[in-house]
Order: sequence, then structure tokens, then C-alpha cells
Amino acid sequence: MARLQLRELCGYRAGDKGDVANVAIFADDDDTYALIAREVTAERVKAHFATMVRGRVDRYEAANVRALNFVMQGALGGGGPRTLRADNLGKTLGGALVRMDIEVPDSMADRRRPRPALGWADEILDRLPQT
Amino acid sequence: MPVDGPPTAGSVLTLVTIAGGQGFYGDTPTAVDALLDEGVDYLCLEALAELTLAILQKDRQRDETRGYARDLPAYLSRALPYVADGRTKIITNAGGINPAAATRAAAETARAMGIVGIKIATVLGDDVLTRLDTLHTGQSQTFAHLDTGQSFSTLPSPALFAAAYLGARPIVDALAQGADIVITGRVADASLFLAPLAYEHGWAWDDWDRLAAGILVGHLLECSGQSLGGNYSGDWWALPHPWDLPYPMARVEADGTAVICKPASSGGRVSTDTLRHQLLYEVHDPARYISPDVVADFASAHFDDLPGDQVRVSEVRGTPATDTYKLLLAYHAGWAGEVRVAFSWPDAYEKAKATAAILAKRVEMAGLDVAEWHIEYWGVDALGGPTVPRAADGMPRHEPPECVLRVAWRCDDQRTAGLVGRELVPLTLSAPPAGLTGAGGGGRGGATELLGIWPTLIDKRIVDDQVRVTIEEVR
Repeated sequence: MARLQLRELCGYRAGDKGDVANVAIFADDDDTYALIAREVTAERVKAHFATMVRGRVDRYEAANVRALNFVMQGALGGGGPRTLRADNLGKTLGGALVRMDIEVPDSMADRRRPRPALGWADEILDRLPQT
Repeated sequence: MPVDGPPTAGSVLTLVTIAGGQGFYGDTPTAVDALLDEGVDYLCLEALAELTLAILQKDRQRDETRGYARDLPAYLSRALPYVADGRTKIITNAGGINPAAATRAAAETARAMGIVGIKIATVLGDDVLTRLDTLHTGQSQTFAHLDTGQSFSTLPSPALFAAAYLGARPIVDALAQGADIVITGRVADASLFLAPLAYEHGWAWDDWDRLAAGILVGHLLECSGQSLGGNYSGDWWALPHPWDLPYPMARVEADGTAVICKPASSGGRVSTDTLRHQLLYEVHDPARYISPDVVADFASAHFDDLPGDQVRVSEVRGTPATDTYKLLLAYHAGWAGEVRVAFSWPDAYEKAKATAAILAKRVEMAGLDVAEWHIEYWGVDALGGPTVPRAADGMPRHEPPECVLRVAWRCDDQRTAGLVGRELVPLTLSAPPAGLTGAGGGGRGGATELLGIWPTLIDKRIVDDQVRVTIEEVR
């Protein structure tokens, strides 16, 4: 067995309703989905967010799109128009979740999601007048 | 309003094309041009997040003629020529907490463009603020907090707005009366999109699978670019034209099968992967997505990638709607302020932390009451919080090359919240070295009002009795 960060295995998106945040993570194939369904439990997610999520964490499955959805109560410091957090809508909680390490079989230890290639951004930025 | 029986189909369209032209109040109107050119039967403009109602509430407090999404005229000025030609109808919840005012603005926009003869419908009745207490005591509405179960009697201060999430029915009613533009207040986002499908295809209000298909399609379209690569965690850097993401559209058949697509030769991407990101956005139990019109099973849907940035969505299942509408209240929750200060290497984090402590101490010495503090170290773990591992001694694992301190606070009164930030000013010359105040624009705006959100439920019959559709022809 090896340890791997979820960022190498999953896509993610977070959303808010009141003081409740949801984070969905998405696997690209059935084996990965089975793995995250086994490893990424509601309890682990609750422990991962520690003081950031004050309430209960529930997990839902959407096997049709190979997704797990975590619904976290008391996750936004009181909710969008009430919280003191810079990220008042919890948009970044998806990234925070895929920071988690999980146990993976050795055969998956070298899995990597591609990293950004930003040639087009260089092209735009390099021709800006700058001092 | 009629609530029983299927709506009367208004046309013979076998395939209805609907588009999401707005995802939030403040979204860019330019993206609707490509949708209109492509040809859409209905352009739906979704303007209301939970936070938006709070913003509109503050707007209406300042000026009673406001309280609607004031970018509506900017959208209409692009779309009205298509409406006047009979090519496109518009459905929007831009009415916010003052739909009548939004309709006045829409009519003025049309007249200013020389467009007359079109019909604008206004849907009223989602606002139950003035009836809250009567309903609570007289009609046994508990209004308990939907998430925490807290009793309505513990609402910390009086409700500032109370908006019920209406469904598609009053919009269908408006379309049946010949409306070219339908302006609503708090209609649930996805229901804006279900309405034209139910109207054109003549779906019955107990045809749960069709209604669920319409709600799912609506959910995929309601956040504009977010289903075509916006906020996409896959290979976002490889999306065509990321500086000009298109907005989504759907061609929907009478059986509810939909093809999600985008205007020809636009950027972005439509794939099962981009769509599934949106499918679960702001969703709790995917098998029970509770809309006003139906409980949709998002986990039942089949997604098939088709050539040319198209995805077919089919076989969506639904179960009967609930007897309640979601009702959103907001209440005053104090005043907030914030400051940001940037620190350079070396010891950037330590300087930031010391400055936070010095500020808090000075505020205490000044006798200012702060009910809640929030301290963030940008560049260390401001966004990740406890998910970012720290060293055993509590320090960052790696010394950051720079660090921005953000301190936010909540006070019971506006004046105190404003005074707290002033305690930072002397630190410019009398604090840890090389702090750069105001980094990122914080600390200049003074105190801002905080609003607490109280989601709850209300019996549908109580609300439906008050829902009205009015039609006005622009002259």
C-alpha cells in the first residue's frame, strides 16, 4: 500500500447553502470510484476539516457520475452574508478536501493528474506593457 | 392561479431550446449575444443567490424603488430585438424582492428602444414578510431552522425579508396568458427553466419523471459558464478561449431527453465531466433534489458524450413534490470590519501573527467590544485552515516568502466596528517591520452589515393563495 493525495485521483467542486457547504469529488474510472468510496468516509472528511466544520458531515453517492458528495453542517462560519471568512461561500473547500491523503494499492501509487500548462497565459502576459 | 391539470401547450414545438443567459447578479450580459444568434426559444436569466437577496434587501432599505437586479436592463437591451421579432421569450427572477419595480424598469428599457406591443408578466406572492408572525401563531407554521432545527422564537432579530421559493407554475400561467417576458421574485433557479419546457411540451404537474428532467436540465443551465468549464477542476487550462466562456443551452424533447450544448464556434467545453461538476453544485442528497415542482433523482440520469461539444442527458426519474416551499429569512447579525497587512520575508508569518495580537490588545485597551474575531494568514493557510498541515510546534511547515495578514471582526454596533480598524493605523510606524497596510484593498471600507440566513419551510397552500400573475403590454 502507498499514500496518495486525493488531488491525483479526483476532480472537485464545492457549493454553499446557508451555513452548509457541500463538496463533491469525481473519479474518472470505476476502480478509482470504488477506492474513494471505500477510503473517503464522512468520518474522515469531518476529521480532515477539524475546526473548520462545526457540525455533522453526511456522505451521498452518485454512482452514475462516479461522485461522492459531502454535506457539511456549520461549515461557513455562519453562512455567506454572515461569516467573517474571506472565502464566505466556501468555494475553496473542494481544493481543501483533495489535500487529504488516502491509502492506495501500490499499482495506483504513481497516479498523477496532469499539471497546468499555461503557454497561452505566458503569451498574453509577455506582451503587456510592464515596467 | 390554476394549480390543477396540465398547462395548455402554447405551440407545436417538438424540440424546445432553452438557454442560461445569467448565473448571478452582476454576471456579464455580453455572453447572451451568441445564444440569441444561435437561436433560443427561451432565454432564462437567473439572478438570485441566497446572498443576492441580502444585497437587494440592503438596496431596498436605501431606496424603496430598488430591490431588484439592476443589471436586468443591460440584458434586455441585447435580447429585446429578438423578443420583438417573436423569436425568443425571456424568463427571469431578476425581480428579487421587488418584481414590480423590475417590470417598470423592463418596460422603460423597451420603450426607450422603441419596442412596444410586447407583454411583460410579473409574478408576485413569494414575499411573505408581513405575514410571518400571523402565519406562525395563527396557522401553526413552525418556521424552525431547516438545518439546525432551532425554534423560530430564537430568531436573533426581526426578519428583514422572507422569500418563498416558488416553482414553475406561475410562470407557465404567465406564458399561457401570452407573456413575452416573465419577471419573478424568488422562484427557484431550476424552476425558471422547467417552466418553458412544461408549457411547450404540455407536461402534467404529476408527470414526475418529465418534471425531474426539466429541473435537472435547469440545474445544469442555471449557473451560466459553470457547466461549460467555469470553476472546472479538470484540465481547466486546456479549455478553448477561457477568457470568453460561452453560456449553456439545451435542446429538450417532449419525453424530457435533453442535449446540452453551446453556441457554435464558441470556447469552453461541454462534456460529461464539465456537466457532472455542475450536477452536484449546491446539492445535498443527489437522489432527492427537492425542487418546488418535483423531487428529482439526479443519481438516475444517464450522460452520453456526443460529438461536437454535446451531451445527451436522459432517463431522469422523479418522485412527487413535497407539501412545502423552502422559505428564506434574513436577519440583522451585527457589523463587520476587516484589515489586511502584507509582510515580507524574513519571518513574514511571525510578523503577521504578532501584528494580529498587537491589534487585538490595542482594541482591548481602547475598550472596544468585539463579539468575534477571525484571523487569516494568506500565503500560509487562510483558505485551507486546519486541512493545511503545520509542524508539531504549530508553525507553518515551510517558511513562506511573504504573508498577508487578514483580520476580520464582528461587533454589535456599527460605530465600534469602524473604530476597531483604526487601532491598526499607528502600527504603520510602531509595529513589526515592513508591514504594508491595505494589501488587497481591505481596511478602507469601514463597517459592513452582516445578515444571518434562516432557511425554513412553509406550507405551499398558504403561499399559493397569494401568488398573482399580472400582465402588462408595453405601450
